[in-house]
Amino acid sequence: MAILVDANTKVICQGITGDYGAQHTRGCLHYGTKLVGGVTPGKGGQTDPNGLPIWDTVDSAVRETGATATMIFVPPPFAADAILEAAYAGVSLICCITEGVPVQDMIRVRAVLDEMNATRSLKGGFGSLNTPRITLVGPNCPGVITPGPKTGTGESPKNTFTNAGCKIGIMPGYIHTHISQAKRKKSVGIVSRSGTLTYEAVWQTSNLGLAQSSCVGIGGDPVRGLNHIETIKLFEADPETDAILMIGEIGGSDEIDAAHYVKAHVRKPVAAFIAGRTAPPGRRMGHAGAIIGGTDDTADAKIAALKTAGVTVAMSPAEMGKAVAEAMGL
Amino acid sequence: MKIHEYQARDLLASFGIAVPAGRMIDRADDAAAAFAEVTKGQASPLAVVKAQVHAGGRGKAGFVKLVRTAAEASEAAMFMLRNRMVSPQTPPEGLVVNKLLIAAGVDIADRASEHGAKEEFYLAVTLDRKARRNVLIASRFGGVDIEQVAHDHPDAIIKEWLHPTLGLQRYQAAKVAFALGFKGKQVNQAVSTMMNLARLFIAKDCDLAEINPLIITPPTKDAPDGLVLAIDAKFNFDENAMFRHKDIEVLHDPSEDNPAESRAAAYHLSYVALDGDIGCLVNGAGLAMATMDIIKLHGGEPANFLDVGGSASEQAVTEAFSIILSDPRCKGILVNIFGGIMRCDVIAHGIINAARNYKQRTGNTFPVPLVVRLEGTNVAEGRKLLNAAAGEIPGMQAATDLADAAKRVCSAVN
Repeated sequence: MAILVDANTKVICQGITGDYGAQHTRGCLHYGTKLVGGVTPGKGGQTDPNGLPIWDTVDSAVRETGATATMIFVPPPFAADAILEAAYAGVSLICCITEGVPVQDMIRVRAVLDEMNATRSLKGGFGSLNTPRITLVGPNCPGVITPGPKTGTGESPKNTFTNAGCKIGIMPGYIHTHISQAKRKKSVGIVSRSGTLTYEAVWQTSNLGLAQSSCVGIGGDPVRGLNHIETIKLFEADPETDAILMIGEIGGSDEIDAAHYVKAHVRKPVAAFIAGRTAPPGRRMGHAGAIIGGTDDTADAKIAALKTAGVTVAMSPAEMGKAVAEAMGL
Repeated sequence: MKIHEYQARDLLASFGIAVPAGRMIDRADDAAAAFAEVTKGQASPLAVVKAQVHAGGRGKAGFVKLVRTAAEASEAAMFMLRNRMVSPQTPPEGLVVNKLLIAAGVDIADRASEHGAKEEFYLAVTLDRKARRNVLIASRFGGVDIEQVAHDHPDAIIKEWLHPTLGLQRYQAAKVAFALGFKGKQVNQAVSTMMNLARLFIAKDCDLAEINPLIITPPTKDAPDGLVLAIDAKFNFDENAMFRHKDIEVLHDPSEDNPAESRAAAYHLSYVALDGDIGCLVNGAGLAMATMDIIKLHGGEPANFLDVGGSASEQAVTEAFSIILSDPRCKGILVNIFGGIMRCDVIAHGIINAARNYKQRTGNTFPVPLVVRLEGTNVAEGRKLLNAAAGEIPGMQAATDLADAAKRVCSAVN
């Protein structure tokens, strides 16, 4: 199933009646995602323009539809609450697209999710052994996609782009390639802190005849859900992923931690690109987390650690596809 | 978001942290009265006059002055409000100073354990990204840059992590106070200072709350162990949380901002001015950084970071062009768009409007070469629009991919 999501994943949208929520609900439906409804408090019982049912609470949406994943488009002041509501309603994959969530909110949310997950792995703890762990992706991210083979134009819910893929988020679906339609019959798993730079990487790999198993945008905030290491771990264990492409940027130690992890535990070919070699220290470059404080925050320190770990590093953003192909010996 | 020192002092005081007497003035005429007020009760009056600007290097520039009389205070105030402050951290023409802080001078006790040293400490709360928790950082080396301390005396940096929901606990603050060498009645003062700073940090959504230096005053009859006082403080706030802190938001001083950056912010564009000559207009922060990087790889220098975001309107794109062109160093522009949410036709309309606006204003076509690379959502429509308008933008070139775009703009500029 590649990682995190597949053609059978049932998805709801929190904030389905907002501008962005509505726009991307349509986008996901047109791609072929099994989007089964949405949540907007106070609009329960109504339907959205696509005919999808709307609920007042995540709890009722999950109970009625059996959804296991959610994409969150609520405004920043309510995003932390939306994540917790989804977690307590039993949703196991929470993609928070919202940009601009306060850091202190995310510290508290992460602590709660970590605690819920810790008890889930304990016998006799809160929940049961069968309760799946909760995975948070984001916030401030493009979401997750597991591409399916192109079967249509993607112009309407009747003529979806694919009948066997799942897109949760805001990425353009059509640039992705399924392995059945890739010349080289190899799939790359992509993990990235940036949205458009991921699209660039997808585009380059597709143009080189490579497929993508799944692409995960982990987001540009300093405190978030999935990080590079956890996503790389999932790709390493996934039989449908042949190689891993990691896209990082200045700020934080995630990429250096990932480099150590790759060296010790990853057998698949890994390539990387780090954005921000020319970024001045002390200035925030768009993303809340993209700021150079100490020396470990710099692109050069991250690149050096990755090279030491045997990762093929693209020095130019135009060569991300080439780097992963090279790492695979193609 | 940063605030001024006088505002930081007020904020500390409102959370129960002791600071020396002080008053903000914006007219030299008020200096004498402020001096009298803050030195009231001192045996030999001493105050410090400090220019309120965010740039460092104030002391060396003569914008921090010790004064012993009201006349000296007036003289210093007059000098600072009438002259621009020039330091290595200001633009070459210097900064206008609009506000001054006049604070009571305080003596610092000698440190018994270290010959020649004073009782000065460093105290801060900030985010530890890796731990995903807030952390209290303290050091017995105060009054100097913490990076310097980390480099010279890494063992002298003490850290205590705040519980994500409970915050800093009293036992943690006490542990730090004892480790820093506080004694007797100083301990409780230091503990409350730390507890209050941690409370303030969370309550106001800070990125950084720093007291440097925290000092102990020499013993007196009333305070035989001296007083623990915060002399200077620095705050950074999480801009994403300002929606719930209107009281902090109003402290923002727009006169301290880069004018191009505030113009960009008004249109929700993320813009950072840099030193080079190639203007960049990109969607997405990661791609915008990568675009700067690839310009440099091809021998050019980026003039700015500019992320138009995912949902920019045609008008915002037009404004982005106008901001880039207002930089006199700009000799060429690279537009790099990978349409996701952002549609390429919206960008194309923005480019064409910007060219027409420029023509209307100046009578000329775009003054610098323009390289456009479009890919993604509605790319065919975007390219068609630009081709049709090519006659209006003679310096425009279309690039096939990212590398081609960088090559073209670098050779057009050099």
